[in-house]
Amino acid sequence: MASNSSGGSDRQRVAQQRLRIITGHLQGREDGDSTIIAAECKAEGSQTYVSREEGKTVPRRRQEIMKWNGWGYSDTKFLFNKKGQAEFTGKRYRLSGMIIPALKEWFEGTFGASMQHKSPAAPVLNSGAVQPPTLNEAFLEELTSTGIPFSHDAEDRVYRAHGHCLHEIFALREGKVGRVPDMVVWPNCHDDVVKIVELACKHDVCLIPYGGGTSVSSGLECPTEETRCIVSVDTSQMNRILWIDEKNLTAHVEAGIVGQDLERLLNESGYCTGHEPDSMEFSSLGGWVATRASGMKKNIYGNIEDLVVHVKMVTPQGVIEKSCRGPRISTGPDIHHFIMGSEGTLGVVTEVTMKIRPMPEYQKYGSVVFPNFEQGVACLREVAKQRCAPASIRLMDNEQFKFGHALKPQVSSMFTSFLDGLKKFYVTKFKGFDPDRLCVATLLFEGGREKVLQHEKQVYDIAAKFGGLAAGEDNGQRGYMLTFVIAYLRDLGMEYYVIGESFETSVPWDRVLDICRNVKARIIGECKNKGVQFQPLSTCRVTQTYDTGACVYFYFAFNYRGLSDPVHVYEQVERAAREEILANGGSLSHHHGVGKLRKEWMRETVSNVGMGMLQSVKDYVDPKNIFGNRNLL
Amino acid sequence: MSNTYRDSCGAGLENEEFVDILEERRRSSDLGHALRTFSPHPYKGAESCSNADLKKAVLESQYLRYIAKEIAAETGSSVEEVREEACGILEEMSQNLQLKCIRLMGFTMSKVLKRLYSGIFVNMEGLNMLQQSIQEHPVILMPNHRSYMDFLIISYIMFTYDIPMPFIAAGIPLAGMKLVGEVLRRSGAFFIRRAIGSDKLYWAVLSEYVRTIVKTGIAPLEFYVEGLRSRTLKSVMPKLGMMQMVMEPFFKGEVYDITLIPISISYDRVLEESLLAHELLGIPKPKESTTALLKASKVLQEYYGSMHVNFGRPMSVRHLCEGKINRCQYNLVPRDLPQKPSAEVQACVSWLANLMVRVQEEGSVMGPWALMACLLLQAPTIVLTEEGLPWQELTDKTLWLRKLALDFGARLNWPSGQGQAPDMDVMSSTVALHGSVVNRKSGRVFLVQVEVPARNRPISPEEEMISTAAVVLMLASYRNMSLHIFVRPALLATALYITKTTQKDELLAFFCFLRDVFSNEFIFIPGNSSQDFEEACFLLKKCGAIHVSEQEVTVSDAGLEVLSFLQALLQPFIDSYQVIFRYLCENEVHVHAEKQFLTAVRNLATELILSGELHTYEALSSDTHKNVLSALQRLDTVTKLRASEQNEYTVNKAAVRRIDDILSGKIPPQMLHTTPEAKL
Repeated sequence: MASNSSGGSDRQRVAQQRLRIITGHLQGREDGDSTIIAAECKAEGSQTYVSREEGKTVPRRRQEIMKWNGWGYSDTKFLFNKKGQAEFTGKRYRLSGMIIPALKEWFEGTFGASMQHKSPAAPVLNSGAVQPPTLNEAFLEELTSTGIPFSHDAEDRVYRAHGHCLHEIFALREGKVGRVPDMVVWPNCHDDVVKIVELACKHDVCLIPYGGGTSVSSGLECPTEETRCIVSVDTSQMNRILWIDEKNLTAHVEAGIVGQDLERLLNESGYCTGHEPDSMEFSSLGGWVATRASGMKKNIYGNIEDLVVHVKMVTPQGVIEKSCRGPRISTGPDIHHFIMGSEGTLGVVTEVTMKIRPMPEYQKYGSVVFPNFEQGVACLREVAKQRCAPASIRLMDNEQFKFGHALKPQVSSMFTSFLDGLKKFYVTKFKGFDPDRLCVATLLFEGGREKVLQHEKQVYDIAAKFGGLAAGEDNGQRGYMLTFVIAYLRDLGMEYYVIGESFETSVPWDRVLDICRNVKARIIGECKNKGVQFQPLSTCRVTQTYDTGACVYFYFAFNYRGLSDPVHVYEQVERAAREEILANGGSLSHHHGVGKLRKEWMRETVSNVGMGMLQSVKDYVDPKNIFGNRNLL
Repeated sequence: MSNTYRDSCGAGLENEEFVDILEERRRSSDLGHALRTFSPHPYKGAESCSNADLKKAVLESQYLRYIAKEIAAETGSSVEEVREEACGILEEMSQNLQLKCIRLMGFTMSKVLKRLYSGIFVNMEGLNMLQQSIQEHPVILMPNHRSYMDFLIISYIMFTYDIPMPFIAAGIPLAGMKLVGEVLRRSGAFFIRRAIGSDKLYWAVLSEYVRTIVKTGIAPLEFYVEGLRSRTLKSVMPKLGMMQMVMEPFFKGEVYDITLIPISISYDRVLEESLLAHELLGIPKPKESTTALLKASKVLQEYYGSMHVNFGRPMSVRHLCEGKINRCQYNLVPRDLPQKPSAEVQACVSWLANLMVRVQEEGSVMGPWALMACLLLQAPTIVLTEEGLPWQELTDKTLWLRKLALDFGARLNWPSGQGQAPDMDVMSSTVALHGSVVNRKSGRVFLVQVEVPARNRPISPEEEMISTAAVVLMLASYRNMSLHIFVRPALLATALYITKTTQKDELLAFFCFLRDVFSNEFIFIPGNSSQDFEEACFLLKKCGAIHVSEQEVTVSDAGLEVLSFLQALLQPFIDSYQVIFRYLCENEVHVHAEKQFLTAVRNLATELILSGELHTYEALSSDTHKNVLSALQRLDTVTKLRASEQNEYTVNKAAVRRIDDILSGKIPPQMLHTTPEAKL
């Protein structure tokens, strides 16, 4: 997702701009598919701010707009055209329809990949490969009588059987489908969910909540040992803003709404949540709550735990919620913290009251080039110390800096490219920066215009102390754009024998440099040990700053030609990298969650007693393991 | 375990190319060498850091600031005073490496080395690997320490081959030497006090200094894991303090990896041989001083054969510690704060330190002399001094032993001699080289008898014995150079001899007992007792001495010669230990002060030798006495009194007696319930 460029000071203009940019998606059309029984939710709130027809992104049939074996929209992807130039298709993003001239060279140079060696995906989903559903007749019968729409169509089920881990997508590209949910239901509102959960308990059916499907923790994978009927509870149709409380600046929202819709709809009223995880186009509010999500602009708006005022979750024992909306309460351990991070093991989050803010008057991107990563980290640390971090501040290492450059679209104006050349000359030759060591921080400021400019100066002054040079708004903005297109890039790589993934951690400040160096080195070492024939891409960036530490993101990809089981090699390397993270004082996860992918390290992470606490909550809330996705514990 | 670090080519040196680096020096100008362009490829991650920067980084480290505050609070002095003191310690300690000085040293050393040695042989492959490793990770050079000569030889080689100059940990007495101290400091030496004890500030400065060198990778670090120069040419049980400091940056994730380079320096003949022997007999070593050095310069007029410097395969600490250390233990406390190493860390450091010494041993090159010394010592001393050993018998046995040593995987330096009988040539020239220990007259080999000036005669029997003992201990030291090859099979041979059993489990129990008792004497890797036993069985089986089945170990007829040789090899140690055990058991004293203990034991041994009850002069060695004391402490039979100022000990006589009884075979092996490693 791209965002507005700097400029507009007036709120209205900004709102319109954001509207234009964030969306551009297709309208979800009402469908009359035979397998789906549509019904209006009887319990629908009477005073919804926005009615359903008003442009929601996600239709029941995701296949209408989204890929079945890759990231994002069907109409959007990277490809190498006949001239061998990289191109980004579609119309949705700023980069859409553009030629990216340097990408091919970077891609071939970095991975040793070649246009001649393709590894194309299976073109269509073969429904025959999908196991016929195990249906619980009694459940089905009673569900039908409630009028809640459901389906056991093979495509619908496959779409909800995976997140976006490498192994999940890789298998789909090969046309392989494992255990998938036996049916999908689309509750329309909180009461629908209550009914579904009641029926599931009554008939011993396994429920797996499904929000935006962007999990990268194997969280959506169906446990292979599950023999009961598995029902995927797709909350995507619970997507209304039920009310906005302008006096207290809160909004009450159904949990299935995806990030881009939530922001857009609030923007129309002049508000925003400011919660912008990289997956916000597709990930849902309920998913954020269930995984303890973090947004890019948390420095101003906070992470999900700071944003949530009230949550409603339907569990096998009934509905859990607090009785008031007090901004902070001292009533024993916060029950919200049983819900946040529960990863679908306790129930379905149905409605959330969250903080909203008036839309920022002014936004400005920026970037700083540092002579090396060490200086960059030192600068971020200082910014955190002075508590003057902009809405977002991210530091990319040298490899990512080069990657970012490779993604520059073709420039139309001679003058711009001349300027670029000049800038590069200035930085590398005149300032003596080593192009193989320098790194860049991207910045995003938000707020009142005066304040933003003042803030900007403060940050640039600090940067200068660490040898940082301001490197323009363009570089900054491109950095953020990259976030949204990088997932599409993985699909391009997979067409040419390149697989990769990103993973994250959080770590105290004094460990940041060490963890970055050691994990990157470990990845390279493990690849070598595991017989990877080509130098892998092993790179990182610091994406969030806190008072006491930072969030670090690692990107890792390699050319798997010559390997018989690339996914296994990939998983071994990722596992080793996680071990390295933990050995270097990093956390198991900053915001991706545990799922099933990182379960093995939970006990050492939270201690035996901690595990016991979590387990006893699970045992009380869900003794029959109705919410049986087996995440976390 | 032992096979994972052992070179693929077990025996012999044929597969490795050792190059004599003096050859080039004999051909071209030493001055040219000293002034050569020195362009090393340093560690790629190294931050450029001057000596002043290094000191500043140490003094301003959070660790030192914390300790300074703590000490100030404890002692009531001000933080500034403590920091000033720290600054003084650092001044005393710091190296001041300067290339100018290295060139000067290089020039001098070229001259000296050429005079002393026929050749300095260096394995080029190891050197190439080192050159490679140095660029990748911080490197620790870990040579063994047999002679003062070791001290700058590594730097000399590094200089010659364009490898970054190391910082070298040295004992503080060297720093006190006029001129020499400063020259060493400028050649990269940094100086460590001997008895640091509980001096908290000193420990803090030292460990921060060492860690900073490793962390920043500004230079390879060279240190002797044995802690000091071996007085007996036998490996010394490693010291763990320095090892721990060196490893910490890896444990704490401050570096990705650390590369350890084991280096084995082997001498045909050691400069200090006679000095060391006298020291072992309680005649104190001269204080390290420049004048003493000049006085000793007459040793420089003799000839010392050749020297081998074997650079071992680089070893990755990360790889070695895999599964041994949970690095998460450093997650909860800031890494710059003092933290007592956990039991896990201590065990790992100890394991690694012992492993390094074992690898040094395996990399060391022994000449014919080490073998001949083994055989000479097995003849009664009276024979060697009075009638002499027939030359033919010695050479025959030496050739026999050569085969055994090669079977056991020794790296043997057996030059191809010239003439009709090349092997005889080699042995003759070997004996000639060691004229200070033996001489050959009319077909027989005699121990050298010190000429006593006529005016001092007659000499007392004690004096005569001491002078014989000095030569015997010299001989024993050369024998010790080969012990690491034989010690494991020898323990098994001894177990067979004492227990007379064939039961494998009983032998294993007795083997472990011996290994336990003697692990201050010989280097065993902690936790490896079963592997050691298996190795012993394997080697003895290989040379046809025993048959091994599931449950039994039986001696073959052809094996008697091997077994009795091996058993006799250990006998002096057993005898010496037993003398001390008996002293401790029979003495009425309850509290032993270390000093008195050493004197008393020496007197007892002297008495026993003179009366003919004890046959080994090695019982006179203070090294052995100290080892017994440490071993008994380790086995919890001797306890050091905490309050004691002068190292006083109490003895659990029953426990000592039990060890003695087992050692003499009075307790049958079935009664041994020593599970492997129970004590370790």
